[in-house]
Amino acid sequence: MRTPTFLLICLAIAAAVFAGSIAIGNDYVFFAGYVILQYVVLSTAWNILGGYCGYVNFGTAAFFALGAYSTVAIYKLIGDNELPHVIPIPVLMLVGGAVSAVVGLGMGYLTLRLRGAFFSIATLALAVVLETLVVNWDYVGGSRGAYVIRPEELPLIGSYIRYLFLMMMLLAVAAISIARLIEHSRLGYGFATIRDDELAAEASGVPTLRLKLIATTLSGALMGMAGAPFPYYIGYLQPDSTFGLDYAVNSIAMPLIGGTTTWIGPLIGTLLLGSLQQVATVTISSAVNLLIVGFLLVFFVIVAPNGIVGLVYSYWQRKPEEFVGRRHVDADAPGPVP
Amino acid sequence: MASSLSIAGIHAAYGAVRVIDDVSVKVGGGETVVLLGTNGNGKSTLMKCIMGLVRPSQGSIVAEIDGIHHDLVGRTTEEIVDLGIALVPEGRRLFPKLTVEENLLLGAFRRTARRELNRNLEVCFETFPRLAERRHQLAGSMSGGEQQMLALGRALMLAPKILLVDEPSVGLAPILVSRTIDAISEMKQRYALTVLMAEQNFTQAIRIADRGYVIVHGKIAFEGRSTDELNNNDLIKKFYLGL
Repeated sequence: MRTPTFLLICLAIAAAVFAGSIAIGNDYVFFAGYVILQYVVLSTAWNILGGYCGYVNFGTAAFFALGAYSTVAIYKLIGDNELPHVIPIPVLMLVGGAVSAVVGLGMGYLTLRLRGAFFSIATLALAVVLETLVVNWDYVGGSRGAYVIRPEELPLIGSYIRYLFLMMMLLAVAAISIARLIEHSRLGYGFATIRDDELAAEASGVPTLRLKLIATTLSGALMGMAGAPFPYYIGYLQPDSTFGLDYAVNSIAMPLIGGTTTWIGPLIGTLLLGSLQQVATVTISSAVNLLIVGFLLVFFVIVAPNGIVGLVYSYWQRKPEEFVGRRHVDADAPGPVP
Repeated sequence: MASSLSIAGIHAAYGAVRVIDDVSVKVGGGETVVLLGTNGNGKSTLMKCIMGLVRPSQGSIVAEIDGIHHDLVGRTTEEIVDLGIALVPEGRRLFPKLTVEENLLLGAFRRTARRELNRNLEVCFETFPRLAERRHQLAGSMSGGEQQMLALGRALMLAPKILLVDEPSVGLAPILVSRTIDAISEMKQRYALTVLMAEQNFTQAIRIADRGYVIVHGKIAFEGRSTDELNNNDLIKKFYLGL
C-alpha cells in the first residue's frame, strides 16, 4: 500500500473515531482518549529508536516534558499581555518538537557511543538532569508547578478537550505514517542493520552514526510534539509528574507488548494497554496502572517474546521452511553442521 | 588495474592497551596475503584499522585503487567502503533476522554499489548457487558454512577491489573451512581481487596464499615472501605445529 493511500485510510479511521466519540455525548471519552492517543505517539516515537535501531531509551519523559515545558514557557512569555493567550496547538507542537529534536540530536552525539544498558542509563540520566533544571527554573514555575488556563469553548468544535483530542489524533496519524514510511525505506533497512549487528552494518558501508542521529532526533521530536499540548490538557503542570517514570515505562512496555519491529506493534500495544489503564483508572484506582503494565509485561515476555505481532505472524506462517528460526534466532550460535 | 594496499608503521591501542606496535604490511595488486597469528595478537585490530573502525595512533595506510592513491587514515568507514574495500567480519556477522536476499542487498547499501545492484546480485548467486536456493530463508537459520558463504557474498555486493577477510574459519567444521578457503580463492580469481586474509588455520590459509606475515603480540614476527618460506619457518613450527 502506498503512503498516500495509507494516510487516507488512517485519516478516515481518525474521523470515524472522532465522530463516534462525539456521538457518545460524554466529554470524558475525550479525556481518556487523549491519553491513549498521546501514548500512541510516544510509543511509536520510542519504537523508531528502540524497536528499529535497538537502542532502548529510558528518557521518554524527558522529551515529553521538554515539549510540555516549551508550551509553558511560551504561555508565560505572552501570558502577561491582555492578548487572548491561546496559540494554536499545531504551532506549540512544532515548537515543542523542535526543542526536543535539538535535545535528541545532542543526546545522540553524546550517548550513541554507548551501547546496550549503558545507553539506557545515559538516557535515564538525561531525564534526571532536565528535571533538576526545570525544578530550579522559576520562570516555568520551578518545583511549585505552573498553571495553564484552558479556554472553555471553541467555535465549531465545542469544548476545548475535543480540540486537543483532535490535534493529538492527527499527530498520532502523522507519527504512525512516518514510522511506516521509515520501515519500508532504505532508512528502515539501515536501522535494522544497526539493531542486528552494528559492526556488520559499518562493514557494509551503512553510515551508522548518521542514521542513529536521525533516529534520536526524529524520536525526540515526536515525543516533544506529544508533550506540547499536555499543559492545556492537565491545567497544572508539575515537574514530578511530568518527568514521571510512567511515561518511560509505558512507552517501552507498549511497543514490547505489541511487537517492536513494525509500526503496528506499538499501536496495538498502546490501544490494549492504554485502554486497560483507562478502564482501571475509572473502575479500580489510578495507582494500579503500573501494576497492570508489570503483569502484562511479564506475561508477554513469557508467552510472546516478539509481542502480539510476532505471535500472530508465527501462526500465520505455518510453512515449515519459512517458519524455521522465526522465533529464536541466535546471531552468535554456529549453525548446525550439515 | 589491480589494487594494492600498503600499511606502514601502524600503532593502535584500545585506551591504554597497546594492540598493534609498528606493523607494516604490503599487499600487492592481485595478491593473496595472509596474516597468521593466534587469538589476541592484533589481526582483527589491523583489519579494523584499515576499515576506519579503529583509528591508529601512528602510521599510514594507503590504498592504491585504479592508479590513484588514497590515504585511509582519518576517513570514515563509509568512505573507505565507497573506495571499494570490503571487510568480511570475523564470526560472519550477518543480519540473522533478515532473509538471505535482504542481507545481500544490504551489502550494497552505498550509493556507489547500488548502481550495479542487479548485476552484482546475479554474480553473487552465480558464485554461490546455494544462496540463490535459499534467498528467502532467514540468514540466522542457515548452517555455519552457508552463513560464511553469505558473508562473502555480502562483501561481493560492493563489487570490491580489495577484500579483507577476517578469520573465515571461525566456528566451522574442518570440511567447511576448506570449502570456504576455496571459495575465497575462486572469488579472487574471478573478480581479480586483492585479498588480505587473517587466519589462524595455518595449513588451510597457506593453500591459497601468495605470501604471509606472522603477527605475534602486535608485532610482525616474520615475513614470509613465499609459501615455502612460511612452511619452513621455525616460528611457525613453534606456534602452530608444536615442534
